[in-house]
Amino acid sequence: MKKTVGILRFLGTNCDRDVWQSVEALGLEAQWLWFEDQFRCEDFTAFIVPGGFSYGDYLRCGALAAKAPVMSSLREAAAKGYPVLGICNGFQILTEAGLLPGALVRNESRKFIDKWVELKIANLAGWATALRSGETLRLPVAHGEGRFYVEDDELKRMHDQGQVWMTYVENINGSVEAIAGVSNRSKNVCGMMPHPERAMFSWMGGEDGRSVLNSLLR
Amino acid sequence: MKIGVKILPKNEVLDTQGRTVENTLRAHQREVNQCRVGKYVQLDINESDETKALARAKEIAEFVLYNPLIETYELEVVKR
Repeated sequence: MKKTVGILRFLGTNCDRDVWQSVEALGLEAQWLWFEDQFRCEDFTAFIVPGGFSYGDYLRCGALAAKAPVMSSLREAAAKGYPVLGICNGFQILTEAGLLPGALVRNESRKFIDKWVELKIANLAGWATALRSGETLRLPVAHGEGRFYVEDDELKRMHDQGQVWMTYVENINGSVEAIAGVSNRSKNVCGMMPHPERAMFSWMGGEDGRSVLNSLLR
Repeated sequence: MKIGVKILPKNEVLDTQGRTVENTLRAHQREVNQCRVGKYVQLDINESDETKALARAKEIAEFVLYNPLIETYELEVVKR
């Protein structure tokens, strides 16, 4: 049986096709999960919440998508320990849904940042076994509101639990401790601002995204 | 009854919009100590009792309108 990855789609998601093609490129099957859908967790092996501008970023990035019906199924999958990855706006949605700690606010520079960045893996995520702590990756980012914010006591808790997944080598957006990606306490839900699906082949400018998605989907 | 929800970024959170407006004011000789930019949401609630309308607005604000990690909010009864 082929492994099926559920890809969530909201109104305004725009990295969905890229994620689909990346999943297929890794030899896996993909299935759309529309924002109005409910699903059976058992029919999937992992879930990805892609980037974009769900609900036009109205109110706060990810706030309205976090209340969509599909999220109650995703919440159940997260609680059952299924691997879940949120990318960019997907990361924002997962924090707004309370599945990941912190919040993502406007970049310190007030500019939309669209470039390739160096990242360092700080702690292992549960499923991201192909990524070793201390390893560096080169991936593209594209966001206006990617500055990770968390209060000091919560940050301390995150450190105690090893929930800081990856950091920027150079802090591009003013994130607390240059955090670019985090995980939940049980390490099955992860979020990252960089786009692994945009770094799958050398012709894209790099293929470090492969190791991120590969380990999620194995 | 109309209830207004005033949402402001917390003081600890760098308010990039406020900072930009502040800089522009300074550039035009209209310096202020601080400027913070938030949101205003007006809810028309089908309820004539003020206490009940405020309670409903509070529930709505805490459900989705504001994020307690980064924002604070205040409610007001709109008298017009």
